[in-house]
Amino acid sequence: MHRRLVLKGIVALGAIAAWPRLLWASRPDAAFIADNADDAIMAVFGQMPVASEQIKLKIPDIAENGAVVPVTVSTDLADVESISIVVVNNPTPFVASFDMGPRMVPIVSVRIKMGQSSQVLALVKAGGTLYSTSRDVKVTIGGCGG
Amino acid sequence: MGKPIKIRAKIKGDFAEIKALMPHDMESGLRMNPATNQPYPAHYITDVVAELNGEVVMTAYWGQAVSKNPYVSFSIKGAVAGDTVTLRWNDNKGDSSEKEVVLK
Repeated sequence: MHRRLVLKGIVALGAIAAWPRLLWASRPDAAFIADNADDAIMAVFGQMPVASEQIKLKIPDIAENGAVVPVTVSTDLADVESISIVVVNNPTPFVASFDMGPRMVPIVSVRIKMGQSSQVLALVKAGGTLYSTSRDVKVTIGGCGG
Repeated sequence: MGKPIKIRAKIKGDFAEIKALMPHDMESGLRMNPATNQPYPAHYITDVVAELNGEVVMTAYWGQAVSKNPYVSFSIKGAVAGDTVTLRWNDNKGDSSEKEVVLK
């Protein structure tokens, strides 16, 4: 109970620190220790995402090996500032975030670990607003505890 | 010093596609060592920076849940032959690695 309270406090502080920035000047550490997806998202962005059909999340429906799950996120949205990946059921759901400068094509691929079957969110911050799309991924062998 | 990054860069029309492999344990801190019944200490890449001709174009922040020996790919607009792409990572133990490629 107490640990959870402390974590929430850290996350709240992170949210205040991250709020006014378009691009983070530093790693959003609070998001990476948050044990719940909503807290992590608030810690980084200070807002919850709006569903968008302009984001493409490419990930297998069934991941045989949770230790290596290939993910590609791309979007048609304009003025993309960042692309982030969240695995809701992971012990720490915030997996990775990519701050995209204006020279970047808004597409990124990475391989991630999934501890168990989970909803996976692709978040895109564009023009100051946070958008998301999600997919449910079934994991046959988890990749966290090993 | 961390292990060397492997980069493949290819110009595809008006952008350059960069594919990189970064040999690294990416230990989550959750995996148990059966011999000691203690978790292996967390050791993972926290930041990845990409530069084009010395100017930062992308900064990635990673947690424990990026897979072992991370693979990442991304594309930079308007990059042409002769441009230099630099990729650098830092991990939670202060290790780092950097690799530079000239686009052909």
